Amino acid sequence: MINAVGREIPEEILKQTGKEPFKGNHYFDGYEYKKDGPSTRCVINSQGSKLVENIHEVLVKCGIQDGMTLGFHHHFRDGDYVVNMVMEEIHNMGIKDLTICASSLGKAHDKLVEYIEDGTITNIQSSGVRGKIGRAISEGKLRGLAVMRSHGGRVRAIETGEVRIDIAFIGSPTCDDYGNCRGIGGKSDCGVLSYSMVDADYADKVVAVTDCLVPFPNFPAHISMTKVDYVVVVDQIGNPDKIATGAAKPTTDMRKLMMADYCTQFVVNTPYFKDGFSYQTGVGGASIASTISLAKIMKERNIRMKFGVGGLTKPMCDLLENGQVDALLDTQDFDLNAVESVINPKHFRISAGEYADPFNKGAVVNKLDFVILAALEVDVNFNCNVVVGSDGIITGAQGGHPDTAAGAKCTIVIAPLLQGRIPAICTDVTTVTTPGESIDVVITDYGIAINPRRQDLIDSMKNVDLPFKTIEELRDIAYSIVGEPERVQFDDKVVGIIESRDGTIMDVVRKIKNFEFSGE
Amino acid sequence: MINLVKKRLRRTMMFLNAQKPGLIKDPYIYKPDSIILDLEDAVAENQKDAARFSLYHALKEIDYRGCERVVRINGLDTPYWLEDIRCAVAGGCDSIRIPKTECPKEIHRVEEEIIKAEKDFGIPEGRTLIMAAIESARGVMKALDICEASDRLFGIALSGGDYTKDLQTHITGTGIELMGARQNLIIAARAAKVQCFDTVYTNLDDMEGFRKDVENIHLMGFDGKSIVNPRQIPVVHDIFTPSGKDIIFAEKVVKEIEEKKKLGIGVFTVDGKMIDIAFYDGARRTIELAKASGVYKGDL
Repeated sequence: MINAVGREIPEEILKQTGKEPFKGNHYFDGYEYKKDGPSTRCVINSQGSKLVENIHEVLVKCGIQDGMTLGFHHHFRDGDYVVNMVMEEIHNMGIKDLTICASSLGKAHDKLVEYIEDGTITNIQSSGVRGKIGRAISEGKLRGLAVMRSHGGRVRAIETGEVRIDIAFIGSPTCDDYGNCRGIGGKSDCGVLSYSMVDADYADKVVAVTDCLVPFPNFPAHISMTKVDYVVVVDQIGNPDKIATGAAKPTTDMRKLMMADYCTQFVVNTPYFKDGFSYQTGVGGASIASTISLAKIMKERNIRMKFGVGGLTKPMCDLLENGQVDALLDTQDFDLNAVESVINPKHFRISAGEYADPFNKGAVVNKLDFVILAALEVDVNFNCNVVVGSDGIITGAQGGHPDTAAGAKCTIVIAPLLQGRIPAICTDVTTVTTPGESIDVVITDYGIAINPRRQDLIDSMKNVDLPFKTIEELRDIAYSIVGEPERVQFDDKVVGIIESRDGTIMDVVRKIKNFEFSGE
Repeated sequence: MINLVKKRLRRTMMFLNAQKPGLIKDPYIYKPDSIILDLEDAVAENQKDAARFSLYHALKEIDYRGCERVVRINGLDTPYWLEDIRCAVAGGCDSIRIPKTECPKEIHRVEEEIIKAEKDFGIPEGRTLIMAAIESARGVMKALDICEASDRLFGIALSGGDYTKDLQTHITGTGIELMGARQNLIIAARAAKVQCFDTVYTNLDDMEGFRKDVENIHLMGFDGKSIVNPRQIPVVHDIFTPSGKDIIFAEKVVKEIEEKKKLGIGVFTVDGKMIDIAFYDGARRTIELAKASGVYKGDL
């Protein structure tokens, strides 16, 4: 069946998953449902202890068995030790057929490929996967279907009961013996624990894993003891050097600076740029440069930001320090400055649900004026791909891309026209992850294209001196330089689905086929 | 035959290693007036042929969108320069930059080779221009002769690194060590009615120092500057592009002079400043520069 972004979703996949094809961003608006609930084992006896000796013991206490679903968060990014630690123990116990439901998986988890190959892990649900797991899935090694869902989409899937997490493991930089978790104060600080909050609310068993046990009460708790069954203390939950590094030096790459400048000029010329606006940006060089140059203009014009959302980095936290933004709403911290800023009373921790869940009664993304995003590919219908590389291998993550893009009044995607020899602006993206209806503007080093759906933005830019082009013109320039690439060759087998934030199917990911040269 | 593009706008001439596809594939997006595809210092001795290969195909295949394509050949004291010229001309470059120029004879030798190459590769005669880099005390002293050596020569450029070595000093960042050469070159170029370009500024971490340097050479009368990074382009263009105020004043001066001339009035005031015919050429130049920079919206 062809979905609303023109992608063919095979009938057997619709049948297998029980899902509908994507029908547009607002298809489920107003939908009513009953939320799922976890089973809860009460703790009434005050003499008991939640402390458990080690991972093995906690797995036994939680009743680990074949076929379970395990929840993990990715606040430790490439420095995470928790996923591998837990999975190694499970593997040693001979447990099979597990589903990993993580907020994201990255290069830190390359080791999981072994467990995919031997059937310990048969299903993966994640915002995306990088590194060797991505390749393994694309090569068809995962027995079940990989489900790629956005941060908001993951909360929705758990809340609706589409996914039931049997055991959630929450790596916690500090924790007391009763399970009050915080993202700060330890040796592996990640700032906030936003992605794991839904796990704590909905998993049947919740295990806090820490390398810094602190005296009770570890308050104010980021995850409350009322939701935690067990606490395990281990030597190290992550590598601090890879969890949050020092703030990246602002880019000096002129190409990125140029795109950042285009972005800033675009932003300040929209009607949304006025006192009290809201803003979210990513961690790419151009996004960060754009935030820095925007801050200058805000100062010159005496315009303040009402709130900033993130994925936070130093430039956003600087806005708070300089009194240029009233509040930061934080779901993840990308550098030490952001982690340290968490103690600022105007720096608010929010859950992934508050941030982006389309199935609650209104998320923060709906209140965004601007979001600045990146993309691997953008097609002439403004559909974006942020998960599958142009080589057909799964290599990225949706993150909050589809959530913020859908919610913000002005969604800007910055992408260099060419990624090496690959055109980033193309006729058809390899895989659709964010629908074109969510994308308002695409900024490249060769020019800016406004989505024709946004005639209001086109009108507001009438007298603005920026290199505006149509998206087709940008594609044509790209093709004129590097040629139109031959399409990646895929097998028929579907190895994963790109789930829309509302749970419908945006696209499928097929098994990669070794390239065969066509022609003579 | 006089090549009409001899006098084109050349505020920025950006050096790029001709061997690096990533650099030469699309430098025009930064909007330099000219690029200098380098076969000389940026390319290792054993890579000269590979660089020529990449240069030729870049010139043939890439649409540089109006950006002038200058090729810096190897010195005339090397075994490479003859083939460099053939390759650059065959590719259809706009100009050859001769390094380490010290006398008019070198210009003549290069010109002869260009003529041969133009003939061999079917390039219209006279299409390929020449610019000369002055990199020694001798070159500075011979600047006027060099400027007048060929009709193809559109300008000279100071190359500060080698020049200061020859002078037994070094680049200080203050410009003191370059004062004499800069003054001499600009005077020679103006006397010969060709353009004059300043040396590179290599400290990319000191953008403020760079700005001051560009402001100085702008006041000295240079037409532009050699640059090594696209980040330097907006700074140079900002300084070399006439301000709105300058353009309005120049417009008034031109119009008033033309008007008053009809009435037989020689001296008058514009915005409180005494103006006579001597101001006409300068005001015209400002308008022409504004036009070439794409900022002039008037009717002159």
